[in-house]
Amino acid sequence: MTALTTRIQLPREGFYFSVDLEAVASGITAVFGPSGSGKTTLLHCISGLERGATGFVGFGERVWHDSAQRIFVPPHRRDIAMVFQEPRLFQHLNVNANLNYGLKRTPPTGRRIAANKVIDLLGIGGLLARKPASLSLGEQQRVAIGRALLASPRLLLMDEPLASLDIRRKREILPFLRKLPAEFDIPVIYVSHAISELYQLADWVVLLNEGKVVAQGGIRDVFSRLDLFDYLEEQTGAVLETRVLGHEPEYELTLLGVDDEKLYIPKRDIRVGEALRIYVLASNVSLAIALPQAPTSVLNILEGRVLEVGRPNEKRHSLLVKVDIAGQALLARITQKSLANLALVPGMKVYAYIKAVSLDEHLV
Amino acid sequence: MSLTSIDLSPIFLTLKLAGLTTVVLLLVGTPVSWWLSRTQRRWKPAVEAVVALPLVLPPTVLGFYLLLAFGPQGWIGAPWQQLTGSALSFTFTGLVIASVLYSLPFVVQPLQGTFEAIGHKPLEAAACLRASPVDAFFSICVPMAVRGYVTAAVLGFAHTLGEFGVVLMVGGSIPGKTLVLSISIYEHVESLDYATAHALSAGLLAFSFVVLLAVYVVNRRFRYRIA
Repeated sequence: MTALTTRIQLPREGFYFSVDLEAVASGITAVFGPSGSGKTTLLHCISGLERGATGFVGFGERVWHDSAQRIFVPPHRRDIAMVFQEPRLFQHLNVNANLNYGLKRTPPTGRRIAANKVIDLLGIGGLLARKPASLSLGEQQRVAIGRALLASPRLLLMDEPLASLDIRRKREILPFLRKLPAEFDIPVIYVSHAISELYQLADWVVLLNEGKVVAQGGIRDVFSRLDLFDYLEEQTGAVLETRVLGHEPEYELTLLGVDDEKLYIPKRDIRVGEALRIYVLASNVSLAIALPQAPTSVLNILEGRVLEVGRPNEKRHSLLVKVDIAGQALLARITQKSLANLALVPGMKVYAYIKAVSLDEHLV
Repeated sequence: MSLTSIDLSPIFLTLKLAGLTTVVLLLVGTPVSWWLSRTQRRWKPAVEAVVALPLVLPPTVLGFYLLLAFGPQGWIGAPWQQLTGSALSFTFTGLVIASVLYSLPFVVQPLQGTFEAIGHKPLEAAACLRASPVDAFFSICVPMAVRGYVTAAVLGFAHTLGEFGVVLMVGGSIPGKTLVLSISIYEHVESLDYATAHALSAGLLAFSFVVLLAVYVVNRRFRYRIA
């Protein structure tokens, strides 16, 4: 476990970038924020591509940047590798030479990552002799990820690596990214503006807005905070850790378990018994103080207890209620009128109604 | 008049001058054009204007000032004399220096354009793969700039082949030392030896055409997509 310390100030057009961040670099740490919030600037300060900042960047024992002591280690000596939004493959080299570019520049004793393992996992073995221009964007990005890995970095930086890909390509690469830290023992800093990517990938998340850290913490803790409502707006939701209990192929549904509670979602190709994280948008959760009297189309009715009632958002009509479901937090977004009707207070027993169709993974 | 009776030494001298000038031009032009393609400094336009001057100045103007500078008391000629013990004006070395200055824009401009088109993105990618700036320049930029280099080399070479005014001013026409093809042709015309002038002119015309044709053919084959 290595600590990444970033204390950086940098005047930027439109805002002042000022970040003080102490992250334990292990697994995938996601940096989330709207475009223009300073996510890429943060990555460039960590990588050393940005030279104009003042402050301190350190990784473990090593000092990469300390403007007080006039220390600045250039990117090529920081033991990092970066994957950009565009693949940025070297057009004059074939795939194999692209993959080997960083590897050749890594001292033999530092080569911790086996080329054939990377090539197998990424499924790019058939492309080695091709030129980048003849590959699809998804293939190019997979090669770019492989190229970065083969440089055996101590820290892998990824700047919206899926942003330029369509949904199909994203789904092709996401499972691989999920396996990265465990397979290769490399901590990853992953920048994204898509919640759909980070809730699946990250364990630790840093939220940025206008050059400042808004929140950071474990992914479930951050996404169950009521005070981020004005920041996340309609994307507000909670992350649930579930386990696949079974499939109902005749209805194209998959049944998940949250401890003893059960939850249907549109069918996914995941084996029974495997863990699955889902993101439940707060606006897709209704609350009731009783079970329905007559049959309803809502498949998921989870029993829980009110933990906290939030304040109305900027538009004043709705607010968040945090509900404990078998030890995990779920957020429901309801109107002030509903709050008054139900007279919700912490400790009260409630039922969360969630339509199965609203749990489609593509909706987030 | 047969070809064998023509003094061929101006041809060889011209090829030697153009070849050497091209080599020096690429060595000098690479850092200059690299700097111009990256810098944001205020005096970048001034440097660009100075480099482009030979495009608009009458060669005699450039030649005149070089003649003064190359002289034994000139600001280039005097230190040169001290350093090497020989003069600069009316020598082959003087011709090379003059040709380099005269053809500089023909090398710097295509290289600068190529470097600008490559942009900073591939170099950032290389820097994040353990490549030092110098390493990245030679492993990424130069190979990606092949087309620019071919164009620059040929334009520099061809432009030096055809120079007249500058050479006349700083080189004179000393056979075997500074008597290049263009001046030789001029002298044959002056002495009404049209046949020799014809042979040399036609040879130069054909040669120039073939070289330029080769460039355009090569350029078609090296068409990298610069992302």
